[in-house]
Amino acid sequence: MEKVDVKGLSCPMPVLKTKQAIDGGAKELLIVGTSQVSKENVSKLAKSQGFNVNITVDQKDSWEMEIKK
Amino acid sequence: MDSRKWFILLTGLAVGAIAAILVKLGNPANMGFCIACFERDIAGAIGLHRAGIVQYMRPEIIGLILGAMLTSMFAGEFKTRGGSATFVRFIMGVFMMIGALVFLGCPLRDILRMAGGDFNAVVALIGFICGVGAGVFFLKKGFNLGRAEFSHSNAGGYLLPIIFVFFLFLLIKGTVFNPDAGGPLFFSTEGPGSMAAPLGIALLAGLVVGFLAQRTRLCLSGGIRDFILIKDNYLLLGFIGIFIGALILNIIFGFFKPGFADQPVAHTMQVWNFLGLFLVGLTATLLGGCPLRQLILSGEGDMDAASVVAGMTVGAAFCHNFMLAGSPAGVGIYGQIACVVGIILMGWIGWSFRED
Repeated sequence: MEKVDVKGLSCPMPVLKTKQAIDGGAKELLIVGTSQVSKENVSKLAKSQGFNVNITVDQKDSWEMEIKK
Repeated sequence: MDSRKWFILLTGLAVGAIAAILVKLGNPANMGFCIACFERDIAGAIGLHRAGIVQYMRPEIIGLILGAMLTSMFAGEFKTRGGSATFVRFIMGVFMMIGALVFLGCPLRDILRMAGGDFNAVVALIGFICGVGAGVFFLKKGFNLGRAEFSHSNAGGYLLPIIFVFFLFLLIKGTVFNPDAGGPLFFSTEGPGSMAAPLGIALLAGLVVGFLAQRTRLCLSGGIRDFILIKDNYLLLGFIGIFIGALILNIIFGFFKPGFADQPVAHTMQVWNFLGLFLVGLTATLLGGCPLRQLILSGEGDMDAASVVAGMTVGAAFCHNFMLAGSPAGVGIYGQIACVVGIILMGWIGWSFRED
């Protein structure tokens, strides 16, 4: 599974990097990040693109999610 | 529409309405909230510039930072972080302020000016949208100021809020260090700086909006950016809500006066209205948030955002010390040059910070 690391990136970089991976044809992605804002925004983007979102790590300062189509 | 979207729309309505009420209670016209103007007034209040008509320790700004801090602490989101091209962000803050003071308002005041019938603000909005569009161009080319890291200590995140608590103390206590020259705080006796809603109400308004903006992530450059970039209208709903909320109360209070001429704290040099907010839109998009959002982030422990706030405050001092700021008479030659230099500099930063 391709991994996208958006740790410590400010808006809208986490969304942009995820979108670039999706536009590149990825059907499965592991995304890791830090801020709650980026978690909300990335999961919102993934859902809007028709992905199933599974948040595997959900802490206040660290999160991981797997998205699958 | 889902509940989150309703919440940010209602937040916008509340911010717009609170802004109109603050004007009713004494703030300058169409300036219930203006992050740039108020940081400029604060720069004057602490004597960084001596433009006598724009000096006041605006409690709204103090409330915004503390409201965001308290909210983020309760939400478990207060976390000290920084280290993403901090000095570059400081300088970008300087130029974001120059753009705002060439136009005479931050993006938030642009909406409030439009809601007051100021058509010059519509020209500026077009400039702002184009500036955000230019920022998106650099984002798509791979622009990135780099990652912020969590600090091993939360102390750094408390610094800016503590400074503003100290300012609030000075404001309430009214201590004068130098009976002849005045200070530590300087206050305008005439002009926009002398016009203010009562301290307690202004502080409360800041706290409430700080809470709302922290929860909703309200951001005015972000609203346009997300719409251009990913066709997402979430943040844009906040933008629209502010306009509607302020418009309704402005009409009720009799503040709505449509036209270009004789608008309060505004000028009609349309090229500079456009380019001023173009510079703000471009800079805010590269920074990841508008002046309001930078304040909120600085309350959440984001030291990079605090650097932008510091940069904007210093930029405001430059604006008045070097004759860069616009006035109802228009924008002078030095302000015009600084604005163009700012756009070129931001373009250079946007291009230089591309990743492979």
